[in-house]
Amino acid sequence: MSAIAVNGISKNFGEIQAVKPMSFSVKEGELFGLIGPDGAGKTTLIKILVTVLKPDSGFATIDHHDVVKDYHYIRNIIGYMPGKFALYQDLSIEENMKFFADVFGTKLEDNLELMGDIYKQIEPFKKRRAGQLSGGMKQKLALCCALIHRPKILILDEPTTGVDAVSRKEFWNMLQHIRTQGISILVSTPYMDEAAKCDRIALMQDGSIIALDTPQAIRDSFTYPIFGIRGANNYHLIEKMKSFPHLRSIYPSGEFAHLVMNQEITLQEIEDFAAKSGEKLIESKLIKADIEDCFIEMMQHG
Amino acid sequence: MRTIIHLVKKEFLQILRSKLMLRVMTVLPTMQLIVLSFAANYDVKHLKVYMIDLDLSPSSRLIATTLEGSKFFDFQGYTFSQKQAFDALDKDKADIVIEIPRDFEKNLVKENHAEVQILINAINNQKSGLANGYMQAILNEVNKNIRGEWIGFNPDQTISQIDVVPVNWYNPTLDYPTLMVPGVLAELLSLITILLTALNIVKEKEIGTLEQINVTPVTKFQFTMGKLLPFWVIGHIIFWTGLSAGRIIFGIPILGSLWLLEGFLSIYLFVVLGIGLFISNLAETQQQAMFVAFFFIMAFILLCGLFTPVENMPQWAQWLNVVNPIYYFVEVNRLVLIKGSGFKIIAPIMGGMVFYAVAINSLAIWRYRKTT
Repeated sequence: MSAIAVNGISKNFGEIQAVKPMSFSVKEGELFGLIGPDGAGKTTLIKILVTVLKPDSGFATIDHHDVVKDYHYIRNIIGYMPGKFALYQDLSIEENMKFFADVFGTKLEDNLELMGDIYKQIEPFKKRRAGQLSGGMKQKLALCCALIHRPKILILDEPTTGVDAVSRKEFWNMLQHIRTQGISILVSTPYMDEAAKCDRIALMQDGSIIALDTPQAIRDSFTYPIFGIRGANNYHLIEKMKSFPHLRSIYPSGEFAHLVMNQEITLQEIEDFAAKSGEKLIESKLIKADIEDCFIEMMQHG
Repeated sequence: MRTIIHLVKKEFLQILRSKLMLRVMTVLPTMQLIVLSFAANYDVKHLKVYMIDLDLSPSSRLIATTLEGSKFFDFQGYTFSQKQAFDALDKDKADIVIEIPRDFEKNLVKENHAEVQILINAINNQKSGLANGYMQAILNEVNKNIRGEWIGFNPDQTISQIDVVPVNWYNPTLDYPTLMVPGVLAELLSLITILLTALNIVKEKEIGTLEQINVTPVTKFQFTMGKLLPFWVIGHIIFWTGLSAGRIIFGIPILGSLWLLEGFLSIYLFVVLGIGLFISNLAETQQQAMFVAFFFIMAFILLCGLFTPVENMPQWAQWLNVVNPIYYFVEVNRLVLIKGSGFKIIAPIMGGMVFYAVAINSLAIWRYRKTT
């Protein structure tokens, strides 16, 4: 059974095709990731699913209800966390939560178990106004408010954008916890490294889905040899290595440069070529492609 | 219904939390009401007069002393040179120049007819109109006295003519605060409520909270009522505070029924709040809302009849007033407070307001649906 089903949904803003006709589904109890850079159409798609935007074509259902016709039902059973912090900054944590509980006709106490650790972390500050909270705390508060009515399906738009690395990790752990409570989750993120935490992901680019599978299957589909190399100056190294024969692509990734080849090659050959070009390699190793490598491959050669 | 109560509670929580908003809603209007009602006074006093007296006769001196004795004029002095008098007009040292020609008295006696020339600075037409009127009255007075003296009788008894003595009903002393307070109060109330509603809703749009609310079971109607009701209550607080201030400070008369006024106010507030709501649907940012609101409010205030009588306006402007809520409120305020009009007189306007309130709010809610 699918918690969310999308069938040929598209949306244009004037000349711009924000979402090209696309279809996919999210299974019940699944943690599904929409992964893609800014402008890929993630937010537009999410706004259609949470019933605040009408699609130009196609149809979508959430919990087997149409997002256009049955919007009232859907608004009762989804928890939505917009990309931009959208709670009342001049109300305290407690007041915000109480307000949303009231609006959904439920009580804060009834769902504390679901929120578990998340609420415990912000509880000591419950008298503080939302506007005075740190980014990470705001995000936890927003998640609490989205969960307050025990939704069947949780939809989060870039929840980790602008949050530090530790908080991001914590946040994904919370999502895992929420999923164990039987809530299906659709989450969008521009961070490729977060893809591995999802059960399945859709890679999005320019309003289209370019790949849809489990993170592992997507990584396995990458068949070219890929190396991580590091020199004294990666920028110069990349420039020099661009003339390497049989090179498929080379680009920076963290403190390494990733080198993708069209055919098998030894580490020795890479080191030799670098030395000949006057660049000394500090480190070089054969690596396994991650989601970002897959995404770049699809963008450049897909 | 429960949802609406929760929304209203939340709104009050936010309003009471902001100290600035509280002041904007209570202290500012009261202060403005007091200051504006004192300042906005159409009485023209202390008009500066220069006199070119080429006659130097007892009659011309009588004119001078009468002018000097009047509270409407500040007598600046005599001159024999026209140039000097015109300079005074140019440099704003004089509002009026009165020229008594040579042989003024002689002509008056001989030919029973004499002329004086009056030059009035007409930059401000209201002021010049009044100056002209006052001057005419004074010259008539002088004329009467002079003739009386020549003929040798008491002027009041001898000359039989029809004297028009106006009596100002409902405001016998033409007390300006009595006229102004109800009007200014109507304006301030409308201004504040339109702006507050428009800005408040657009603010929710701007910071994204509206999107979050949209993805809850809260319906458009509930959301709208949750916004209108708090400002409806605040509108009442502003009005009754202002009226009490007017009563205590200016002693404005309250002849009609306050319950009637309250009834009208309750309907009226839905009209202005509906206008604010409508504006909030047109605007995406608070800045846009502010400009659109000012556009309407300026037009409403200038046309409402407080500063220029509506009857003097061209026909098209009078038609525009049909949709001007402030015009009706100023009217009703004055009718009830100063004239003591009862329900029968107010009823047609009240009926119009009910229609207006329903129309503007329906329009606003309908438009609201379309945009999402």
